[in-house]
Amino acid sequence: MQKMPKKYYAFFILPTVVAFIISFLIPFIFGIYLSFTEFTTVTNSQWVGWENYIRAFTDDKTFINAAIFTIKFAVVSVVLINLFAFSLALLLTQKIRGTNIFRTVFFMPNLIGGIILGYIWQLIINGVLINFGVDITFSAVYGFWGLVILMNWQMVGYMMIIYIAGIQNISTELIEAAKIDGANSWDILKSITVPLVMPAVTICTFLTVTNSFKLFDQNLSLTAGAPARTSSMLALDIYNTFYGRNGYEGVGQAKAVMFFLFVAAIVLLQLRISRTREIES
Amino acid sequence: MNAKERLSNYINFNFLFILAVLYMAPLFIVFMNSFKGRFFIADTPFAPPNPVTFVGMKNYISGIEKTGFIEAFGYSLFITVFSVAAIVFFTSMTAWCLTRVKSKISSFLFYLMVFSMIVPFQMVMFTMSKMANVMHLDNPVGIIVLYLGYGAGLSVFIFSGFIKSIPREIEEAATMDGCNPIQTFFLIVFPILRPICITVAILNTMWIWNDYLLPYLVIGSNYKTIPIAVQYLQGGYGSRDMGAMMAMLVLAIIPIVIFYLSSQQYIIKGVVAGAVKG
Repeated sequence: MQKMPKKYYAFFILPTVVAFIISFLIPFIFGIYLSFTEFTTVTNSQWVGWENYIRAFTDDKTFINAAIFTIKFAVVSVVLINLFAFSLALLLTQKIRGTNIFRTVFFMPNLIGGIILGYIWQLIINGVLINFGVDITFSAVYGFWGLVILMNWQMVGYMMIIYIAGIQNISTELIEAAKIDGANSWDILKSITVPLVMPAVTICTFLTVTNSFKLFDQNLSLTAGAPARTSSMLALDIYNTFYGRNGYEGVGQAKAVMFFLFVAAIVLLQLRISRTREIES
Repeated sequence: MNAKERLSNYINFNFLFILAVLYMAPLFIVFMNSFKGRFFIADTPFAPPNPVTFVGMKNYISGIEKTGFIEAFGYSLFITVFSVAAIVFFTSMTAWCLTRVKSKISSFLFYLMVFSMIVPFQMVMFTMSKMANVMHLDNPVGIIVLYLGYGAGLSVFIFSGFIKSIPREIEEAATMDGCNPIQTFFLIVFPILRPICITVAILNTMWIWNDYLLPYLVIGSNYKTIPIAVQYLQGGYGSRDMGAMMAMLVLAIIPIVIFYLSSQQYIIKGVVAGAVKG
């Protein structure tokens, strides 16, 4: 069906497109506009040029700190989550009793919402730290590792499922043939399993990177940025700039635009890397 | 299976078993603490309730009263069910139309929607909530429109990937038999889309049920969903009722566990399919 009468075309796309315009397109365009203005509501905005973008860096250091915190967090969690998830997937594709039950258990935290996850781990981490006379809001270092543990608990099961699907796609004949040729399990892992699950690695890296960068709910409930906003990630810093101080709405919006560009750049970079890798293989 | 393999399987099984117990421990600890008095939780979360600290269902009663949990559950359920239904229904139509009718408008709209997937919510949080305010969408019914629009990107993308794999001949045959596009879609295409509808429904259910910031900014002052109700208990730091908090965490997790155990196969398949497409 290369052509469709206009009335049918409208029938099929209008509900979604109208909703899309209301909830995304207009807010997005207005968002870019407002980042160049000073405002408290949409109607009283005054053009100030690049001032908000400059103030995002000069008024205080929270944005830079949040960016550094976020990047460190993303690197550490992406490495750890993928390492744990891949190891679990290797174990759970062996002939072991009860693999289905184990999968069910490890995947479950992924379904729990970020706000709830944050309070669960706040209880546990504070319960441990109280033995040393501190709590999670004592230093950003605790907040950082608390978030890393939380993210691992939430994401490892999810990534494990994707790795399991990747490992199960490898033909058993290939592995049998390698065994006959005298390969030990380390050789098989290194020369067959790892290269053949590379597509799954790409997907998992992509998901963990974007999830780490956009993290908000978990950050809000676990530490809310304490102490003194030092454990804020970018999304939370933007939220606090926006709603935490009067007169900073424009700065918050400018930070949001930069955050968007940052996330978009990472996504495009990853897509390019995975494309070239696919072409190579 | 030789002796060496059997030994390593035995070690692996025990390792996994211990890990699984540790994995579930946080949920168990929260559950245990939900029956303890509010001042016995933060300092000694790992101690089981004893006759001094045990308070029965008191935390549940005070938590439900403080947060209006019953209503929050109702709002969460209403918003999630109807938003997901709207997303599956409308975005499948849109995806089919944009995939099959090749035109500049089609591909422009498609790429615009895919683009919306990479925009973080903070970028539009203020303007979207203002927009909702102006258009009187700041209520549990209106928010469905927002979820449809904001969720369109991922859902159209997933549907479209699947629709490309359906042979056109089926639809062309239906047209020859005198079906108009609406009949073709609902009688022929939509039934074929069933498995991918489940994927889209599950991914969106997980998102909307757990979503905090969008409903908080748009309807949070009048209508609390479950995540908003839980966050509301936080109040000023230090002054909150830990007992009520534990009870609310348990009540927030129970529906998720039931949902998960009842449709686990679909959820895992849906998540994998969604991840590979995404």
